[in-house]
Amino acid sequence: MAQTTKDLLVDPLVDNNPITLQVLGICSALAVTSSLQVALVMALAVTSVTALSSFFISLLRNAIPSSIRIIVQMVIIASLVILVDQVLKAYAFGISKTLSVFVGLIITNCIVMGRAEAFAMKNPPVASFIDGVGNGLGYGLILLLVGTIRELFGAGSLFGVTILQTVNDGGWYVPNGLLLLPPSAFFVIGLLIWAFRSWKPAQVEKREYKIQTAEAH
Amino acid sequence: MSDLSQDPKGFIARFRALPTDSIPKTVFVAVTLCLFCSMIVSIAAVSLRPVQNANKLLDKQKNILQVAGLYEDGMNIAQAFSAFEPRVVELATGTYTDQFDAATFDDIAAASDPALSVPLTDDPAGIGRQSKYATVYLLNDASGALDKVILPIYGYGLWSTLYGFIALEENGNDVYGLQFYEHAETPGLGGEVDNPRWKSQWKGKMLRDPSGDLKITVAKGGAPTGQEAYHVDALAGATLTSRGVDNLVRFWMGAQGFEPYITNLQNGAL
Repeated sequence: MAQTTKDLLVDPLVDNNPITLQVLGICSALAVTSSLQVALVMALAVTSVTALSSFFISLLRNAIPSSIRIIVQMVIIASLVILVDQVLKAYAFGISKTLSVFVGLIITNCIVMGRAEAFAMKNPPVASFIDGVGNGLGYGLILLLVGTIRELFGAGSLFGVTILQTVNDGGWYVPNGLLLLPPSAFFVIGLLIWAFRSWKPAQVEKREYKIQTAEAH
Repeated sequence: MSDLSQDPKGFIARFRALPTDSIPKTVFVAVTLCLFCSMIVSIAAVSLRPVQNANKLLDKQKNILQVAGLYEDGMNIAQAFSAFEPRVVELATGTYTDQFDAATFDDIAAASDPALSVPLTDDPAGIGRQSKYATVYLLNDASGALDKVILPIYGYGLWSTLYGFIALEENGNDVYGLQFYEHAETPGLGGEVDNPRWKSQWKGKMLRDPSGDLKITVAKGGAPTGQEAYHVDALAGATLTSRGVDNLVRFWMGAQGFEPYITNLQNGAL
């Protein structure tokens, strides 16, 4: 692999984004993007878990027996997630209550396992760490984009600061309540994938089948 | 790979020469990793616990302030909380008891202490054992007369036990507010017990009708005619959480809960 540090860091932001290209980690992206503050903390939590787990798995990669490698990766990831959860509970109690189960569910976030299995098992620790940071940031970027749209148009605020005064508070803006519900994140992420792939046509996947013309029969 | 049986080197060297995928090395990696990770996790859990407990206490005080309508963003919670007078109530008699320090008495821990609790046979709130004592918080107005009383309530919803407070006006019958400070109900459905709009329904509801029957209820659909003052609308999409809230409020306001205490309060017997 002749990737430079910059490639490792920047590539997952747009060209190889874990959410929009690989369509991983969608579940938590739906759940935590109704407000920007929560999305930001979640993005930081996932970034630190992905980076550190990639680092430690890469350190151990030559000692991990292939028959139990998935379990070994899970143990490392799970321990890191518990650490993050404990730290949040101690120093960001309010946010940890809002994130509730979703911090624990980072364990099941496909991005973390995906990077461990696809990159960290084959590359040296520092490169794996940077790859983890890059992918965490790619995930975080989409989370923040979705969070911005959902919070601004769903609640009329950004980071809890009122931008569009809502009707309920005596303003003019009628908030779109759908945006605060999880399904809206599907629509927003779908539109983002469409936008990314229109911008970078190389991301468009080949059809798995081709509709045959009448002459071919 | 050398023939292990004739290798003259020591045990450790022989072990190290084994291929990574051999059974002894697999077991070794698994055991070492588990031990190491469990140590890290336990160290983190134990060393961070004091900070977490302090946060929990502050959060509880904040919730008591909120349910009493006194909370403002950025206020000094511990200082504002000193306006409340915590007292431990013996539930069966409904009288205050001074055998515990009300500031540190832990209702939840008492509920699992055999000496301080009783097992429940009639248990609509799904709590198993009930503490014989509970901490209530009294708030006096400027003239020193009782203004509000905050009672702890808890019970099982859909996934979790909901812990919260109900604030009653000085007459012991009008609800001022209800708030849960700890639960793990489904976010967006049962988790909407935290929704300010839903919580605001509780304000002004009455527990009992003039004849003394416990009427307060959380139910689906609109209130039956004439029952509006005792009816709180259930949460949409959260039938079981709503039923849990209904059960736990009725349980704690009923004869097994704070009814003797509230009666004493109303009669001025305290």
